Amino acid sequence: MARYAREVAVVAFAQSDHLRRTDELSEVEMVMPVLHQVLAATGLKAGEIGFTCSGSSDYLAGRAFSFTMTLDGVGAWPPISESHVEMDGAWALYEAWVKIQTGEADTALVYAYGKSSPGSVRDVLTRQLDPYYVAPLWPDAVALAALQAQALIDAGETEESALAAVGARSRDAATANPHAQLRGPVPQGDYQVRPLRTGDCPPVGDGVAAVVLAAGDLARRLCERPAWITGIDHRIEAHSLGLRDLTDSPSTRLAAERAGVFEAPVDTAELHAPFSSQEIVLRKALGLTDEVSVNPSGGALAANPMMAAGLIRIGEAAARIHRGASRRAVAHATSGPCLQQNLVAVLEGDAR
Amino acid sequence: MSKEPVAIVGIGQTKHVAARHDVSIAGLVREAAARALADAELTWADVDAVVIGKAPDFFEGVMMPELYLADALGAVGKPMLRVHTAGSVGGSTALVAANLVAARVHRTVLTLAFEKQSESNAMWGLSLPVPFQQPLLAGAGGFFAPHVRAYMRRTGAPDTVGSLVAYKDRRNALKNPYAHLHEHDITLEKVQASPMLWDPIRYSETCPSSDGACAMILTDRAGAARSPKPAAWVHGGAMRSEPTLFAGKDFVSPQAGKDCAADVYRQAGITDPRREIDAVEMYVPFSWYEPMWLENLGFAAEGEGWKLTEAGVTELDGDLPVNPSGGVLSTNPIGASGMIRFAEAALQVRGQAGEHQVPGARRALGHAYGGGAQFFAMWLVGAQEPTS
Repeated sequence: MARYAREVAVVAFAQSDHLRRTDELSEVEMVMPVLHQVLAATGLKAGEIGFTCSGSSDYLAGRAFSFTMTLDGVGAWPPISESHVEMDGAWALYEAWVKIQTGEADTALVYAYGKSSPGSVRDVLTRQLDPYYVAPLWPDAVALAALQAQALIDAGETEESALAAVGARSRDAATANPHAQLRGPVPQGDYQVRPLRTGDCPPVGDGVAAVVLAAGDLARRLCERPAWITGIDHRIEAHSLGLRDLTDSPSTRLAAERAGVFEAPVDTAELHAPFSSQEIVLRKALGLTDEVSVNPSGGALAANPMMAAGLIRIGEAAARIHRGASRRAVAHATSGPCLQQNLVAVLEGDAR
Repeated sequence: MSKEPVAIVGIGQTKHVAARHDVSIAGLVREAAARALADAELTWADVDAVVIGKAPDFFEGVMMPELYLADALGAVGKPMLRVHTAGSVGGSTALVAANLVAARVHRTVLTLAFEKQSESNAMWGLSLPVPFQQPLLAGAGGFFAPHVRAYMRRTGAPDTVGSLVAYKDRRNALKNPYAHLHEHDITLEKVQASPMLWDPIRYSETCPSSDGACAMILTDRAGAARSPKPAAWVHGGAMRSEPTLFAGKDFVSPQAGKDCAADVYRQAGITDPRREIDAVEMYVPFSWYEPMWLENLGFAAEGEGWKLTEAGVTELDGDLPVNPSGGVLSTNPIGASGMIRFAEAALQVRGQAGEHQVPGARRALGHAYGGGAQFFAMWLVGAQEPTS
């Protein structure tokens, strides 16, 4: 544990059911029950939390400063020490982890949410591309992922049947996950954009996730089996797809190295791979063998609430440690087109 | 546990203007970052991580622009974080970067905030209607004007105070080569004769819409020892948030602002801010927020802030200069405005503020707020390394 000044653990995790539409719910109404649930798991009240941090996107909400309203769901009165990243909640967790490392907080509440249902997320995501040269062409997220998948096939690293197997395994695993949006066997489906079929692509849905972090002995008091974050790091790559080898993820590999993934075997990997082909890339970057249980929750192919799906990976990995189903797990989150930015965390249970 | 002391060794900003048609968003941010690196006499390779902030993505129409900007900011292969806390974001972004150093996660961090408002219209970007939620009405002015009116009624401040602030800040801006508005012919009468926009806020008492970026290089004690120019040291920093709307909220003097200032003063060992702080860069987008924040930040008793302004205490040559740079009233690239406050405070204690330098400034406060006066970020910087 000498890598960092303080021992910090995930002591609680909660998530909503992830649904194709939540027209009847405002974002505040979506977030509140999950916050109550995660706090109840620790017995802490919002006012007792040292630092709060959230992740979300104005572009999904369709308005500026959208996160100002969800803060109401936290019940930030008296005023709280709080911040927000316009990123997946995994990076909000990173900011909170840093805050605890400074010693200014002993606990943190981290949450993330996204409603993709009001618009076409496939089109909305084109707006995160280079605004002058690429975004005006409206290349959508599925088309870009298909480029990556085709590059993998051309390089001989996978084939369509192997991609289909990833999709089938993920949705089969999700049968044990009551929160997942898609569960059980699904047909591989029609081509969305060649070579990706329906089964290779994530569902579009709405959802929320929340985590509580705690330091040292406090974590031991709040949780029977804390999931210690023994390493965490994130790296970004060039934005332009023409500057990258889409069959590899050097940023994931570097983040994993800095987080200590390769120092000992892992038994579980929760990977934020919205497309089946991206799991192939990430497995290689993380050096995962067939003995590792990959996405036992079903992963992003079973539920991919934008801005929360990465935080869910950390939460799911931690929950397996809480349950005693994992001893050492790796969790991964991604942002940007074709795995541009990647965060990797190592979570470990106490030796028993 | 002890935190690593955090030093500001490089500061860069663009000349802020209404529209930078000559550069892309990437070109704009790179200009500020390159200036901060040059100031610190460091190169891109010396930077371990990048923390970037801006106000809503709708202002430029780019979702999560940090992805597109990774190359321009030398972040490829490095960690890059994107902070967004509404108008306070520039301050929050600097604090997140400072925490990376304080926690000894990274040794040298580039932090940057920007806004290229000419790509859109902030007034209407802030006015998108959402069902069942309180919109920000007609831009930020429509939201804040009633709270200014409440302040005037509560304190009995004469209606001339707002124009004094605007007149002061616009004159200060003439001494700051990076400020957006350089109104060489400004007079108090001109401010007072400007059109009423959101009663009681007049046109000349509002901030402009600017394109601009601000960057800082933060580093640890060893990095500061190598710095060729004097460092500014972080003596205290904090963020506080409260809900947008609720029955008990005091929009004139929000509790989150008071708590945030109290936390910063505690960290910095400040017991009498009026006497112990030499310069203040506060977030004043509408002139009346100077007297309001003077009270909220503990520089004046409740109801007394306007008296400091009226007596000239907050002038550049007063004994508590507020916004020697010209402030948000003279320069407002929204997402960068908070970081400019933080950076200008650091420039003051480094003795690098040029013509708008407060002589002998040793301790300065940088302040930012955002949302419905609900998000606060502040830091107190000093010329000397903190002792605790």
